Amino acid sequence: MTVLGQATKWIGHPVPRLEDGALLRGQGRFVDDIELPGLLHGAFLRSPLAHARITSLDVSAAEALPGVRRVLTYADLRPLLTCDRIPLAMPSGAIRFDVDPFVLAKDEVCHVGEPIALVVAESRHVAEDALALIEIELDALPAVVDPRLGLAPGAPQARTDCPDNLVAKMSAAYGDVESAFASAAHVIAEEFHIHKGGGHSIEPRGIVARFDGGDDLMTVWDSTQMPHQAKRVLVRTLGLFEHQVRVIAPDVGGGFGPKFVFHPEELAVAAAALLLKAPVKWIEDRFENFMSTVQERDQYWSVEVASDAEGRLLGIRGRLVHDHGAYTPYGVALPYNSATNLLGPYVLPTYKLDIELCLTNLIPSTPTRGAGRPQGTFIMERMLDRLAGRLGLDRAEIRRRNLIGPAQMPYDTGLKTRDGGAMIYDSGDYVACQARALEIAGWAGFEERRAAARREGRWLGIGLSNYVEGSGRGPFESAAVRIGPSGKVVVTTGAAAQGQGTVTMLAQLAAEALGVKPQDVTVIAGDTAASPLGLGAFASRQAVTAGNAAHLAAHEVREKILHVASAWLEAEPDDLDLADGRVHVKGVPGHGRSFGEIASALAGLPGLALPKGTAPGLAAAVDFRPPAMTYCNGTHVAEVEVDPETCVVKVTRYVVVHDCGRLINPMMVDGQIIGGVVHGIGSALYEWMVYGEDGQPLTCTYADYLLSTADVAPRIELHHMESPTPLNPLGVKGAGESGTIAALAVIASAVEDALRPFDITVRDLPMTQARLYGLLGGARP
Amino acid sequence: MHEARTISIEVNGVLREAAAEPRIHLADFLRHTLGLTGTHIGCEHGVCGACTVLLDGASVRSCLTLAVQAHGRTVTTIEGVAAPDGALHPLQAALAAHHGLQCGYCTPGVVMTLIELQRELDGQPIEEPAVRKALAGNLCRCTGYQGMVDAALSVLNAQQTTAMEGSAP
Amino acid sequence: MKPAAFAYHTPASKAELLSLLSELEDARVIAGGQSLMPMMNLRLAAPSHLIDLNSLPELGGIAQDGDTLVIGAMTRQREAERSPLVARVCPLLRDALEHVGFQQTRNRGTVGGSIAHMDPTAELPVVASALDGVLIIESVRGVRRVPMGEFSVGYLATQVEPDEVLVRIELPLWPEGHGWGFEEVTRRGENFSVVCVAALVLLDGAGRISRAAIAVGGLAAAPVRLTEAEAVLTGAVPSEEAISAAAAFAGELEADDALFVPPDFKQHLARVLTTRALRSALERAGSQVHA
Repeated sequence: MTVLGQATKWIGHPVPRLEDGALLRGQGRFVDDIELPGLLHGAFLRSPLAHARITSLDVSAAEALPGVRRVLTYADLRPLLTCDRIPLAMPSGAIRFDVDPFVLAKDEVCHVGEPIALVVAESRHVAEDALALIEIELDALPAVVDPRLGLAPGAPQARTDCPDNLVAKMSAAYGDVESAFASAAHVIAEEFHIHKGGGHSIEPRGIVARFDGGDDLMTVWDSTQMPHQAKRVLVRTLGLFEHQVRVIAPDVGGGFGPKFVFHPEELAVAAAALLLKAPVKWIEDRFENFMSTVQERDQYWSVEVASDAEGRLLGIRGRLVHDHGAYTPYGVALPYNSATNLLGPYVLPTYKLDIELCLTNLIPSTPTRGAGRPQGTFIMERMLDRLAGRLGLDRAEIRRRNLIGPAQMPYDTGLKTRDGGAMIYDSGDYVACQARALEIAGWAGFEERRAAARREGRWLGIGLSNYVEGSGRGPFESAAVRIGPSGKVVVTTGAAAQGQGTVTMLAQLAAEALGVKPQDVTVIAGDTAASPLGLGAFASRQAVTAGNAAHLAAHEVREKILHVASAWLEAEPDDLDLADGRVHVKGVPGHGRSFGEIASALAGLPGLALPKGTAPGLAAAVDFRPPAMTYCNGTHVAEVEVDPETCVVKVTRYVVVHDCGRLINPMMVDGQIIGGVVHGIGSALYEWMVYGEDGQPLTCTYADYLLSTADVAPRIELHHMESPTPLNPLGVKGAGESGTIAALAVIASAVEDALRPFDITVRDLPMTQARLYGLLGGARP
Repeated sequence: MHEARTISIEVNGVLREAAAEPRIHLADFLRHTLGLTGTHIGCEHGVCGACTVLLDGASVRSCLTLAVQAHGRTVTTIEGVAAPDGALHPLQAALAAHHGLQCGYCTPGVVMTLIELQRELDGQPIEEPAVRKALAGNLCRCTGYQGMVDAALSVLNAQQTTAMEGSAP
Repeated sequence: MKPAAFAYHTPASKAELLSLLSELEDARVIAGGQSLMPMMNLRLAAPSHLIDLNSLPELGGIAQDGDTLVIGAMTRQREAERSPLVARVCPLLRDALEHVGFQQTRNRGTVGGSIAHMDPTAELPVVASALDGVLIIESVRGVRRVPMGEFSVGYLATQVEPDEVLVRIELPLWPEGHGWGFEEVTRRGENFSVVCVAALVLLDGAGRISRAAIAVGGLAAAPVRLTEAEAVLTGAVPSEEAISAAAAFAGELEADDALFVPPDFKQHLARVLTTRALRSALERAGSQVHA
């Protein structure tokens, strides 16, 4: 078995990606690239109101339009389904009301964009023409948009089937927080708002469903992070058997969280294909994406921090009001992640956060890249900045005083993870990580740079933020390594890829174990027919879970090859080597056998015995079950230039020191982190999904809702530490989402620092120019 | 005049002819009528840049151009960028070498933008901020742009003697 | 997000274009399409007839006619941006063009299309306003010359009647040696402007300001000329005081509320950008203004 520290050929090297050749040539196969004979096209009628009762719905004129095959409503689809609602909410004792979504709105619409009817036509254009012919009457109901107002006494009901809007209530707590506050030298209270934003994969969602009556088989191509989950939902809701449904996630043009969630359109399109006995395609357009794809949070935090006279944290207490949206297609983990990640890499002796989830008439709120962690980190880091100001301490110093030391590892935080396990940081040196980031960024010399810039009329600021990310969530991921008589190494996995480089990563691991090149390994991910069990992409988990599964399976196959070859070649396994798809006696490359020959022997011949002491097949399947989550960590330091007149913020420098344990492909890890940082900068400065008081979305184009672009993205200077986790054989931790986690906090800290002479406090995100203008008030130059 | 009309466009050096309604935009025509699915659709309002193609050599949003408007003209798509023998264009190869793509959805538009930039520069050197400005019309959610900027710099300044900065893997 | 059906027309001559416009009900002309196509894709615009101006090369072209720069409505923004003539005689326009949309939209988008669309935050109407541009509008009824200051009749609405089309823009040129400044603030890098300001100045032999023009965009439906500020500047010795006095007028303009940019912030930006644009303009005219 490859062990840490041993020389490697593929693991730890920037192996070129196997995915790139096709994608660069325009030969990727995304869901909208799939054409089938007789393919029909869907378009959804969506609610124009945030909350209303449907009083009448007449689709006859739409159905009469030439080219329209059918117009389907809830009443049409319900007979095909085993249940009224789509069972999606992950179980939690905190949930008070069952508000799983419907396939199409039944009699009440609860957010703008909620699908009401599905037109199926010969072309998307005709389907959209028909939408205008559907006659619908809506009786408007009061809408809940601000979750704080939604929880106030006398608030309107966001849903008439729930008596109030408090859909879930929970807390994150340990220690005697009241005593801690009673003995504190300093207490600071603050209020924060973190805004609503989205995942915004450049490829929107999409689905193609085909029911083949001859084979009795439903095949679904779905732009999803979770093909196995999609299959489970389709099997259960459509009353089919497992062998009748195959879900394929083809090339997926980005996920970032929203494609984790099964959306009503996925079921509606599959049901339509079943009903019409014809293949149906629906590709979400960007306008729909803004109105119907799950988004992330409005969070309102009221928190107090207590410290001793030297700035050591004694406790944090407070309340988090979280916008849950109109349905529960996911669960309650998003605000819980925010609450538990508030701790970050710091010793926090006591903690009590009450979390209230409010139903609103907005799109459901579910995790996006970072999954609630950027919010928790933002709160802790903002409070540390406030405390530093109160005590007159350097912002780095107050953090240093509170960091968990390397000798304290493993460190039991006292909290539980959302799956109920103890939240224990496994490894990492947070003190060294911060020190290294400060050194690289020239923290100590910043005041000189600031002064020099001021002489040129420029206002510079610097900020820092630490963070910890729980990664590699279980319960398992699958991988199987198979070699058939052709000699080709094939890895199948329940993991699913949306650009992370999962295929290359798994190929590297198999290649390392089997002495082949990564490009000689075929990896099949995201196809339920290839892997009976699987989960998919979430929680920065696939290198940890699928990676270790593939690593272990490949080594099992390697052992099998050595066992068979040892007998055939009359050599001890230790005297054998694997190279170029062959096993041979060390130093005698000609004396060996190909993998194909061994696989042929293990494939069996009628009536003939298998090689002695072997089980059939040159294959191994492993479901890797991580014993606990593993925690990566990092420090970000950013410099910004703020123009106090125009309030334009420019990020001029960005340093990241990151520790995700062992790196399988450093180039791809860098890409994950840099992309996350730039996403986070967008969240801090530009992205804001805004709704009117009536629940109408006001930012439904990329001219209004602004993602980071190349010209505003800074160059990210990325440095790694490698503290391997003891929790898995490869020593890897997740890296997929971590770039986003510190970005909100570090930009806020830097902007505030740049405007220090004006003594502003950043409490609300994003930091738009108008908001900074408001904060500067009369103080601006 | 609503009805389909015959549209002929020289696409990637080959004359292609097909019927389409006037309301079909060039992106849909390329993808679904001609089967050239390498050009992607990300927003259909002209901001994301995924659908960027070259129309008579100039980069345009194919979602904001009607197919009928390309009648009689030449279009280059991502499928026409690599050499006929399959060898990647230097910009494509550099994007792979510098990890300038992840999910690959925005990549075709990025490549078309950079090809125009390379042609306009005609061998003149370019600084990083100018490359970033040129790429501002191509949204990417995966990469943070750094890899594609480094890839562009490495190719566009290849003839320059100055050492390149960047993190070529 | 696909357009509704329409009848498509490609006139072979300007005469045919004008005749189509006079005959067809619910027709729209399409130039570069960079504003119209997004609206059609979203079905916010669904004309019954689309008349394509791209078949009429005579509507394009940039030429100098004495003291006037004449730009055909169909001139691509990118062509104007790269035109040596524009750079030489009207650098304000060239500077503003760099900020219009993205390169991929400027390759197709036209100068006339941007002005005719009159997006409140668009750069080109502001430049046309500062230059006292004249818009040449034609129909079968005849030719009209509309000064830029009278062009707008409301939000995204202009004097162009349904049977008319903007064919040409005439920009009176400023003498050689004039100074110019174009400033804008966007919410993010290369994006639609929030507020933009175009300024032009001319100095006399004694170094005094003999002529000034300032236009502010983004505050309301149409660009606003700061005529009072221009009057204050005319005859003044360039100074920070004079600039501040002029910019103060910008800070008092009426401003609409907009998402992300409340009126008081717009007014503030108008004042700041007017100050900056004037500084650039005076500097380029050869004046040394010391802060």
